[in-house]
Amino acid sequence: MTLVRTDAAARAAVRTHDLDAVVVGAGGAGLYAALELKQDLGPQARIGVISKLYPTRSHTGAAQGGVCAALANTEEDHWEWHWFDTVKGGDYLVDQDAAEVMCRDAIETIIKLEHLGLPFDRTPEGLINQRRFGGHTRNYGEGPVRRSCYAADRTGHAILQTLYQQCIRAEILFYDEYQVVDLAMPGGPDGGVSGVVALQLATGEVHSFRARAVLFATGGFGKIYKVTSNAHTLTGDGVAVAWRRGLPLEDMEFFQFHPTGMYKLGFLLSEAMRGEGGILLNGEGERFMERYAPTMKDLASRDVVSRSIYQEIAEGRGIDGKDYVHLDVRHLGAQVLNEKLPDMSGFIRTYFGIEPLTDLVPIQPTAHYAMGGIPTDIDGRVLADELGQTVPGFYAAGECACVSVHGANRLGTNSLLDILVFGRRAGIAMAQELRSAADPEPDLEAELAVSRAVSELRGRQDGERAATIRAELQELMFTKCGVHRSGRLLEECRSEVRALRERARHLVIDDKGCRYNTDLVEALELGFLLDCAEATVESAVARMESRGAHAREDCPERDDAAWLKHTFAFRDPDGGDARLAYKPVTVTKFEPKPRVY
Amino acid sequence: MTMDVELRIRRFNPEADTEAHWEAYRVEAEPTDRVLDLLHQVKWYQDGTLTFRRSCAHGVCGSDAMLINGRNLLACEYLVKDAGTRITVEPMKGLPVIKDLLVDMEPFWEQYRSVMPYLVNDEVPEDGRERRQSPEERARYEDTSRCILCAACTTACPVFWTDGAYVGPAAIVNAHRFIMDTRDHAHEERLQIMADPDGVWRCRTVFNCVEACPRDIRITRAIMEVTNEISTVSGE
Repeated sequence: MTLVRTDAAARAAVRTHDLDAVVVGAGGAGLYAALELKQDLGPQARIGVISKLYPTRSHTGAAQGGVCAALANTEEDHWEWHWFDTVKGGDYLVDQDAAEVMCRDAIETIIKLEHLGLPFDRTPEGLINQRRFGGHTRNYGEGPVRRSCYAADRTGHAILQTLYQQCIRAEILFYDEYQVVDLAMPGGPDGGVSGVVALQLATGEVHSFRARAVLFATGGFGKIYKVTSNAHTLTGDGVAVAWRRGLPLEDMEFFQFHPTGMYKLGFLLSEAMRGEGGILLNGEGERFMERYAPTMKDLASRDVVSRSIYQEIAEGRGIDGKDYVHLDVRHLGAQVLNEKLPDMSGFIRTYFGIEPLTDLVPIQPTAHYAMGGIPTDIDGRVLADELGQTVPGFYAAGECACVSVHGANRLGTNSLLDILVFGRRAGIAMAQELRSAADPEPDLEAELAVSRAVSELRGRQDGERAATIRAELQELMFTKCGVHRSGRLLEECRSEVRALRERARHLVIDDKGCRYNTDLVEALELGFLLDCAEATVESAVARMESRGAHAREDCPERDDAAWLKHTFAFRDPDGGDARLAYKPVTVTKFEPKPRVY
Repeated sequence: MTMDVELRIRRFNPEADTEAHWEAYRVEAEPTDRVLDLLHQVKWYQDGTLTFRRSCAHGVCGSDAMLINGRNLLACEYLVKDAGTRITVEPMKGLPVIKDLLVDMEPFWEQYRSVMPYLVNDEVPEDGRERRQSPEERARYEDTSRCILCAACTTACPVFWTDGAYVGPAAIVNAHRFIMDTRDHAHEERLQIMADPDGVWRCRTVFNCVEACPRDIRITRAIMEVTNEISTVSGE
């Protein structure tokens, strides 16, 4: 077997696929976009969905508590209240026109999902049932409201299954277990996107998918952190590919830590456990959230609760002085735990070997969700700059994108809503663009570059293992660019990330083969993680204020006069500091106010 | 408290090996570590060629079903304190091995797709709102809607081992989810698929599937309910 092939041979070995539209990522956003594309363009349309997993493994399936829409099925509710909660939850960094679209579209989108077959829990009258969730209030902050539509505590599973099922029915073309490595952009950043280049895992072959429109719905990058709720595969692939191609990343400094991760493991215990009445206790047995958020208490927004836990631990009131507190759900009773929160109760029994009915559950904040990502407009069109220029043929939706509807801190359930509303809207917009778009130009240079990079990695005999560098990166980001930040920590973090990036130029893999080379995939994923981490810390160093999930000890206040604006970070092609630009936040209805829960 | 664990893994790489063989690895583990953590220790720090699927690592995505100590389990759900200090890991049976613990899932997906695993109902209520369904009606398919398609049940079934044409328990579970849904309009069509000679009648109620299911879905009960439904519709 020859490891280094000539360019001509490499080019000849590339397999090409001609499609109308390509969706990368088979979670909720990607699948909903694909369905919409097929519905709008008709049965002859060739719509491909590429995933590095089997679609049903996508991380949408791990979402638990629910998806909010002001259906008002169990009590009075209005989409305007939801809109306000989203803006306030995001610490006023939300673009209010985008959030308005999301909260208004929510109602129709959830109803449509029910029509597609989603097994929602029901009220006695047979309507979609709803429950309380953190940060969701009635009448602009008066108290909790029942807004979250749910299927037990596996709402994401139900959404993923339903959309995949309907995609099978619609005969979407699935390319399972392909790792996307690059975008086809034959004319450079101004010329638009005309496909993607991917590795087929089963064979190791390079495949070129040519299409007139491409959607990235590739998910988040929680694996830059040591303790995270995210799957192993959430390595920011799409985000990093866009950044390498000179496109900006928006608001990367805002990364949500969910308050109730399982201690040390990081898996999530749904906010629904507090929505159903669970409370947090410190080492003294005190319900400490009453001090930090007198009205919403344990159901304040996630950044507030995570910081409060951090504060309790820092002041020595963790359990036995350690770095965790307790979630108390004992009083919920067997029926609620087993029927409304069965998966959560199961996790606690399986992984901790304790009984939630009688024992207190150890929890700690866990890295959960990237508010930032590839900037888009309200129809998923990717923005090339802070002035609003779009990239022809290129779309993004879901966690990899930043619309921005989550601002500085996402509300619980709004991630599922985001993927559904904006996945669907992106699909509609792509279908429109496809009617007039020219045939895609191939990007032979990108195809060749992927072949070369892969051959080089396979052929290298000495170097460091990806796993070693990854573990150092995750520890670094968790301690210096996590819940608690300061100028000093962030500066250190930035230079250490760069040092890791240098080391990662000389990775070695054990597996030199072609067939299902997951060793190779993990090396590629480390590269993506390093890019995401770098964009995150570069954006964080520059933002001299505390807002939402970005909390700095050296500038503890929100500063609207200077910082009510979105960060747009551009990679420096020579490896130096990122170039940062800023875009004003769109404020249409809700003037920024102090944020109290 | 760390333990010294011997991990014996069934390896096979068709690019290099002529046949499958066992390899042993020593790893240090906490009692609360999961078997998946041990596989990662080997892959990340001892032998990067070890190949398996995984993603969420907490039992909801269904990627890492494998044969551990002779039983089909999710590697991310099985703790060292339960697995012991000598652990054997093999690929699931009945599907072709592609490399090490990674099997060709295509026959499994083909069976899944064959049962029309999607709601068929394009009518929209006049008021444009959700279709009504009572909590009791929904409860009929609650259990089977929980399937994560990990293939642990189907690849534990001796009927499936003997004859891969049998549609298998996972596909029946997913057919049940729609057969029992009051909103669905393809009831009889799906029952016909189930009544095929390679369909539901091939089940010999060995209960391996129930034992293997990481979600504790009552699979044989679902199979029985599907056979009852076929009998009702055919008027027996």
